[in-house]
Amino acid sequence: MQRVHSNLERKVYQILQQVTDPEMPFISIVELGMVEEVIAEDNYVYVKLLPTFSGCPALDMIKGDVKRKTHDAIESFDHLLKIDVDFSFSPPWTTDRISETGRKKLNKNGITPPPAVHTKGDPWEIDCPYCGSTYVTMENIFGPTACRSILYCNNCKNPFEAMKPVANLNEKVE
Amino acid sequence: MSHYETIVRELLYQLADDNFIHSYRGSEWLGLAPHIEEDVAFSSISQDTMGHASIYYQLLEKLLEVPVDEISHNRKPEEFRNAILLEEVNGPGDYLNSPKYDWAFTVVRHLFFNIFKDIRLQSLNQSSYEPLVHAARKIQTEQYYHLMHWKTWFYQLMSSTEEARSRMEQAIYRVWRDFGGVLTLGKYGGEMSDLKLIAPEAQLKEEWLNQIQQLFSEVDFTIKDDPGMEKGNGRNGEHTSDLVDALNVLSEVYISDEEAVGW
Ligand SMILES: [Zn+2]
Repeated sequence: MQRVHSNLERKVYQILQQVTDPEMPFISIVELGMVEEVIAEDNYVYVKLLPTFSGCPALDMIKGDVKRKTHDAIESFDHLLKIDVDFSFSPPWTTDRISETGRKKLNKNGITPPPAVHTKGDPWEIDCPYCGSTYVTMENIFGPTACRSILYCNNCKNPFEAMKPVANLNEKVE
Repeated sequence: MSHYETIVRELLYQLADDNFIHSYRGSEWLGLAPHIEEDVAFSSISQDTMGHASIYYQLLEKLLEVPVDEISHNRKPEEFRNAILLEEVNGPGDYLNSPKYDWAFTVVRHLFFNIFKDIRLQSLNQSSYEPLVHAARKIQTEQYYHLMHWKTWFYQLMSSTEEARSRMEQAIYRVWRDFGGVLTLGKYGGEMSDLKLIAPEAQLKEEWLNQIQQLFSEVDFTIKDDPGMEKGNGRNGEHTSDLVDALNVLSEVYISDEEAVGW
């Protein structure tokens, strides 16, 4: 991720901290690792975002939210402010981009975060977000949203969700 | 438009339209899948797949400088480049009116197409058209879960009751008769591989046949002939009334009100 340079860029990051995926309102797009690049100059702000899952219906809402909140917050800088928000697949979003804070927030909300390091095809260990038990059953790998699976904890008898690991399959390209 | 761009466009249409119509046929199962967990899973897969179509349509938007909704919702059927097999209805009736959809056909069509899709994506990883490389990498991260899902159904039904086995075999024969239409790159196929946009058609086909033979050997099934293309070549704009009907449904809202996008 790009290092934050100017005060304005720091300000934009603060605003992005308040933007969430409407299907997971407790975690910001920054914590999810969706923010790849922020450029903020005198009258121009550019934000490059990485979509989590390509069919995510929330993408347009997130984009609109970023624009609106940035505009409202930075109006004091200059009313001629131009804001561009782009979605990009380069690099692809992967679950290792989720921050430590983000992972804790997922767990606290009943969603086991994906393993920090994952290789495609490897078994994926999931602990219950409530009691920490590893004695869990996968009920459905496809859950209520594209990025989540449904599980059941045989220890504390709670249903819960887990975020699917998404690993980069082709490191060699740039 | 340069010659290179014209060939890129042809390939992008194939990729986008395959996923678009395949996702639509999948979405028609909503509420009708064999059980509730499958309903959730299948909807999620169809949603991802529509996302994949959308990625390719966005590449076309940039290339053609035409709004993406125009490309997906306002083309004539003969301008579509999807394989005919993917446009075929799930079965008699429609989702509002006594649907008698064929689950075996759906499992076989989805699995066979997804195996091909996986091979095609791997080839696109080395494409000379860089935006395609990025798109392919993104799609592959999701594709993995889809492939696993359909393999599970395939193995289970192929080794289930006699009736299940017999229905599955009928479905394989049916899909086989037109799967050649998925494997072909159409009349510009030679140029596509000459320009290094994608591997040669023969190579993609060979890899698909290898993987299918492997799959068949695990369920004790064999088939002799090569896959056919009985209903025509969708890559060259040949289509059936199934596509015409589907496009009428898919673009109904867009045609009646072009502002009615987003939510
Ligand atoms: Zn538990």
